[in-house]
Amino acid sequence: MSERTFRIWRGNPQDGGDFVEYTIDVQTGMVVLDCIHEIQKQHAPDLACRWNCKAGKCGSCSMEINGKPALSCMTRMNTFEEGETITVQPLKTFPVIRDLTNDVSWNYQQNKRIRPFAPRPRDPDGEHRMMQEDVDRVQEFRKCIECFLCQDMCHILRDRETQQNFAGPRFMVRLASLDMHPLDTDDRIQEVRDESGSGLCNITRCCTEACPEHINITDNAIIPLKERVVDRFYDPLMWLMRKLKPGNSREKTTVE
Amino acid sequence: MIHLDEIQTIEHDVLVVGAGGAGLRAAIETSNLGLSTGVITKSLLGKAHTVMAEGGMAAALGNVDSRDNWKIHFRDTMRGGKFLNQWEMAAIHAKEAPDRVRELEDWGAVFDRTRTGLINQRNFGGHRYPRLAHVGDRTGLELIRTLQDHGIHQGMHVHMECIGIDLLQDGGKISGMLAYWRETGRFVVFRAPVVIFATGGAGKAWRVTSNSWEYSGDGYGMAARAGAELMDMEFTQFHPTGMVWPPSVRGTLVTEGVRGEGGILTNSKGVRFMFDNIPERFASETADTKEEAQLWLDGDREARRPPELLTRDVVARAIMREVKAGRGSEHGGAYLDISHRDSDFVKRKLPSMYHQFKELAEVDITAQQMEVGPTLHYYMGGIRVDAESQMTNVPGLFAAGECGTGLHGANRLGGNSLSDLIVFGARAGLGAKAYLDKLSGTPAVQQEQVHEQMRSVIDFLNREDGENPYVVVDDLQTTMEQHVGIVRDGTELEEGIEKLQKLKERAAAVKAHATSQYNPGWNTCIDLRNMILSAEATARCALQREESRGAHTRLDFEGEREEGLTFNSVVKLVDGQIEARKEMRPTPPEELAKIANASLEDLEGSRV
Ligand SMILES: Cc1cc2nc3c(=O)[nH]c(=O)nc-3n(C[C@H](O)[C@H](O)[C@H](O)COP(=O)(O)OP(=O)(O)OC[C@H]3O[C@@H](n4cnc5c(N)ncnc54)[C@H](O)[C@@H]3O)c2cc1C
Ligand code: SF4
Ligand code: SF4
Ligand code: FES
Repeated sequence: MSERTFRIWRGNPQDGGDFVEYTIDVQTGMVVLDCIHEIQKQHAPDLACRWNCKAGKCGSCSMEINGKPALSCMTRMNTFEEGETITVQPLKTFPVIRDLTNDVSWNYQQNKRIRPFAPRPRDPDGEHRMMQEDVDRVQEFRKCIECFLCQDMCHILRDRETQQNFAGPRFMVRLASLDMHPLDTDDRIQEVRDESGSGLCNITRCCTEACPEHINITDNAIIPLKERVVDRFYDPLMWLMRKLKPGNSREKTTVE
Repeated sequence: MIHLDEIQTIEHDVLVVGAGGAGLRAAIETSNLGLSTGVITKSLLGKAHTVMAEGGMAAALGNVDSRDNWKIHFRDTMRGGKFLNQWEMAAIHAKEAPDRVRELEDWGAVFDRTRTGLINQRNFGGHRYPRLAHVGDRTGLELIRTLQDHGIHQGMHVHMECIGIDLLQDGGKISGMLAYWRETGRFVVFRAPVVIFATGGAGKAWRVTSNSWEYSGDGYGMAARAGAELMDMEFTQFHPTGMVWPPSVRGTLVTEGVRGEGGILTNSKGVRFMFDNIPERFASETADTKEEAQLWLDGDREARRPPELLTRDVVARAIMREVKAGRGSEHGGAYLDISHRDSDFVKRKLPSMYHQFKELAEVDITAQQMEVGPTLHYYMGGIRVDAESQMTNVPGLFAAGECGTGLHGANRLGGNSLSDLIVFGARAGLGAKAYLDKLSGTPAVQQEQVHEQMRSVIDFLNREDGENPYVVVDDLQTTMEQHVGIVRDGTELEEGIEKLQKLKERAAAVKAHATSQYNPGWNTCIDLRNMILSAEATARCALQREESRGAHTRLDFEGEREEGLTFNSVVKLVDGQIEARKEMRPTPPEELAKIANASLEDLEGSRV
């Protein structure tokens, strides 16, 4: 057990805000979220933060801890230096509601813009058949817990102006999961370029580093999609081939 | 007080309260039936408890073992529930689960596959055959994301972080609900002739639990105050394997999938104690040597299943017994070990368990033992509903998922919850449509009701002084751990009920500081009354049931007693007081009774 000091951002955009210091006793094994709950109990019952699972499964408890976007339920206290003050604040990319909560509704709007899954018909016996090796990659993408840490990290979204033209890494991952889904029949490449702005990503890989689910966002999702866009729209040969054989125009991004 | 016209009002045909698997599935159904549907949820979309479910969802698809069929699933469910389940619900569930699971594939779900490309199924406690469709150990995430991504295109309106306070009624019929937005703390009146509850359980009344802050029993509280009956509330499931160390994660779930994939339980002496804890009823289907258990794991179809896969009540009690006898693990649990399996296999089949132990406990489960112990996990009891339509005794109020009751009886089998959500979620949607088709006129929202409800929650903010709500929650949790725990006793329960009366008084006088904007303290004040109501309903039903059956264990009444099989406990709020009574069980439909009691050979050969 040891005494630790936290600097937590308190306030809202209407009335302004500032960092407030709290000191609590920390026990073995505690994570930052446990400490926030202790602070609520002992000092600040109205301290706003989100959480649900406390096990890295729901993606609710995203915040910036010592300047780094992280899940507070998976950030253990023993990863900090003895005596280090821990600074906790809301995500920078999205508007603040109050204290540690952000308005992340923009992300839900992006999701709604993506055209729904469009499966091929079932086999005559009523089953859908897919091989495990063909769905491994899609399953990697479907691990996403929508914590939006990658969105917070992406500099294109941090800039309010470019934000309007790019859906962000989370939704590139979702588009890739649809595009590589063995049952999906929709052609999403135009959507990837025009609606989601894949061209804006300049492959800095900051999103991948932030992902608590260790999804290889840039290399496995974004780059393959970008390649497909380039194939389709800027390669005259590919373009001609598709014109001549329209029936074949649907080519799934394949899993290597 | 402000006039009704000045409060924000939203109109829907159907208001679904809860955006977990049950709520989203219900909302998909009503949206597809052309009804204007609103969904409210305490958290953001996609964060409900359903997202945490790990092991899988049960459906007799027969993809892995073709001997499986709905009758065997039904029989397993009844036997797991110690025959206190509602017969029709258990049958409907077993019959409809396969179609509901397949339908998810049309909406984009990607389950793990068999070698021939079908949905793979895994073993779980109490299920005769590999029956759980799964995605590694993150099946709940797959379910909720699939329903969410499909649902938002079906026309439903999702109102996130909007918390229901109480139901509104007109002459007994549902006319809507008062709620508030977390973000602003402002009130909103929903006008809707149908409300479907999919609010989940009340596990937060205990300290050691796998449940989150959302599980404060809001559905139970709101339904009871509106005149609905609750049933089987004594049956609270303690999952045998929660984490026990470090203290801050005590209670966090360790999926049964670990045992399904071959995990074994041992005590501090290294003894595999489950072999000494096989109940009579399951003796003929359970391996009694390590060798046979190993053969089963290797896929020998003639071998019987390992005792680690007995039903949850049995395993939880066995772990308790070892701890009490001084043979517990270092921090007061048992050891669970999967390290004898190939390390890549463990990481592939149980990735989030690997992650969870590595990051939260600094234990590598591919090489080291886990420490586990019982944790409060699930409410078998809940709002009493009609098996076919999911309607309660309050006209216009429906309930589905964990907040409802009837499917699981005295003990739920793992995996039967996720399938419950989609089967009865869909049925609640159909039930709502049938009710609306017959309803003449629109039940009205009464201004006085709205005012009274608003006052009851604004008081917490306005009063000068009062206790910190978190302290009262803490004391409630202590009381429940001590008096209504995994093993119960008449005197303890009576004392517990006494204490709950005191807690009720304290809960009525708590104070929330600051304003109503995104204020978890205020929210805790509002949650508390539902938590205490649920806790008291559980304690009163537990006191009334003088036997040990399924998840309910009485030290002063050991073993099942014949009288116990004749009734279900029913709770109702009478003049503000919780009253429990015994409701006689009807005689089972002959056909179903025959199936439940038939031999496996007959069921596999479809002779029954
Ligand atoms: C860690 C864990 C693992 C599990 N693993 C499995 C498994 O492998 N297989 C299985 O079958 N089951 C499993 N379960 C159980 C299963 O996940 C739950 O029983 C099930 O998901 C409950 O779903 P639901 O739709 O009924 O409610 P939930 O998903 O809990 O949703 C409840 C919803 O109601 C909302 N709500 C509640 N009160 C209000 C209010 N007052 N106003 C507005 N909204 C409200 C909440 O915000 C939430 O959206 C597991 C549970 C846990 C905790
Ligand atoms: S790789 Fe692309 S999406 Fe990811 S952070 Fe960089 S610019 Fe953003
Ligand atoms: S891709 Fe990773 S970082 Fe981004 S939202 Fe999903 S889980 Fe979070
Ligand atoms: S609380 Fe669910 S991810 Fe942190």
